Amino acid sequence: MTREGWIRLLVIAAAVAALELACRLGWVPVTVVIPPSAMAASLVDILASGKHWADIVISLRSVAIAAVLSIGLGFLVGAVIHAWPLVRGAVEPLLASYYAVPTFMFYPVFIILFGVGPAAIVAIAVLLAIVSMISATLVGLDRIPLVLRKTARMMHMGPASRALLIGLPAALPHLFTGVKLAVAYAFIGVIASEFILSGAGMGYAIAYAYNNFDNREMYGLMLLIILVVTVVNTGLDAVDRRLQARLRR
Amino acid sequence: MSVSPAEVAVVPDTAMPHARLVGVTRVFSRRGKGEDIHALGPIDLDLKRGEFFSVVGPSGCGKSTLLDVLAGLATPTSGTAEFEGRPIAGVPAGVGAVFQEDASFPWLSVTDNVAFGLRRAGVDPAEIARRVDYAIGFMGLRGFADAYPAQLSGGMRQRVCIARTLVMQPRLILLDEPFGALDAQTRLLMGDELLRMWRETGATVLLITHALDEAAMLADRVGVMSARPGVFIDIVATGWDAERDSRIVSHPRFGDLTGHLWERLRVESLKHLREG
Repeated sequence: MTREGWIRLLVIAAAVAALELACRLGWVPVTVVIPPSAMAASLVDILASGKHWADIVISLRSVAIAAVLSIGLGFLVGAVIHAWPLVRGAVEPLLASYYAVPTFMFYPVFIILFGVGPAAIVAIAVLLAIVSMISATLVGLDRIPLVLRKTARMMHMGPASRALLIGLPAALPHLFTGVKLAVAYAFIGVIASEFILSGAGMGYAIAYAYNNFDNREMYGLMLLIILVVTVVNTGLDAVDRRLQARLRR
Repeated sequence: MSVSPAEVAVVPDTAMPHARLVGVTRVFSRRGKGEDIHALGPIDLDLKRGEFFSVVGPSGCGKSTLLDVLAGLATPTSGTAEFEGRPIAGVPAGVGAVFQEDASFPWLSVTDNVAFGLRRAGVDPAEIARRVDYAIGFMGLRGFADAYPAQLSGGMRQRVCIARTLVMQPRLILLDEPFGALDAQTRLLMGDELLRMWRETGATVLLITHALDEAAMLADRVGVMSARPGVFIDIVATGWDAERDSRIVSHPRFGDLTGHLWERLRVESLKHLREG
């Protein structure tokens, strides 16, 4: 591990230890935050008892569906806009200011459209995630060097194989930035929506524990989500680093 | 009478120019947003089979457009372009090009970069391996066969692009300022490699450059272009023998040559500077 890596680990460990100490010494009441060690114990209980497996599966499934839809549709929409400079000029300012809109306020609309359940949740998550993929697609397609297109033509490649064998791999490092963001937004969209429009899922389970004053379970679930997101993000980061390494020129 | 492509390629008619441009012009239409831009020509040019021809000219004179026409990447607005006796429509078989910008594929290793065109063309794998190995050795990339472009210097990446063009065994090699982004010493050395490649392959080479010394050292003939719209204002035979290398820069005639080229070019470059 790098020196920075060790220091980063140290910072996290120090923060956790400080919280543990503060809780144990009674500076922070247990009714507010439970000690991290208790969170970990709760998490072990949750996983061992299996009572939330169904919630975990439902949430992860919604995240996966939302991420795949956002990435696929976002890429398609981005590619179409990119091919149409006039539309792009008109639409790009809207995309740029899109994230100023608090998308969650539309939740009643989605309940009307899809009812309470996974469909509405996926819809909100897609709404949140897709624009980052559209923007990344526009950037990625912009960054394909013109000279690669010329080179491909010199190799007698037609438009389809040019796009697939040259354009796509050339744009991939930039597209992947969009993939990372889309996955992150999908997680935010799904977990947050489950608080308000669901009867199942990890977000719902946290809200349920909260309403029943079950701090131990609530923090155990929070820790679980943090761990899941960290694992997913670490995996995407590893891919991202490999892709970015090609660009260092 | 129709002639099959193979016959034209196999039987070199030494009297016939390898590539020929007659009255070629290129005008870019601005579609009503101001005057059309007359970028090039009229250009008349006969490239002899196996000669090394260099084009020098002020910035924006249409040098690259000239190359695009020969490569089949651009269609002349008027005039005719021919390669091996047939009109150029689309990229002709047997023509390869190396551009100024780095065109190596960053997602492929050096070997895969060099093999890319051959694999697309469906060449037999054993033959691909043989040609790629040879080109990699020839361009001095032996220790880098498994490296990725991001791990190579600019000069090395340009060698990858040259190797990738060489393996296709082009009969006409078009070079659009391939060393423009490299430092002066590297350029001299790359020039030597170009000469070596040219002698070895027997291909016809058209090199576009803004460096007069490069043109004077490498070419059999140097075409000097005017400011836009570019036309040839002079074509100078250098008279070097085929075995030349970069050491001719100390030859007294080298100074005369570059001096003569600059004299022709100075006025044109000033025009470009004044008109922007």
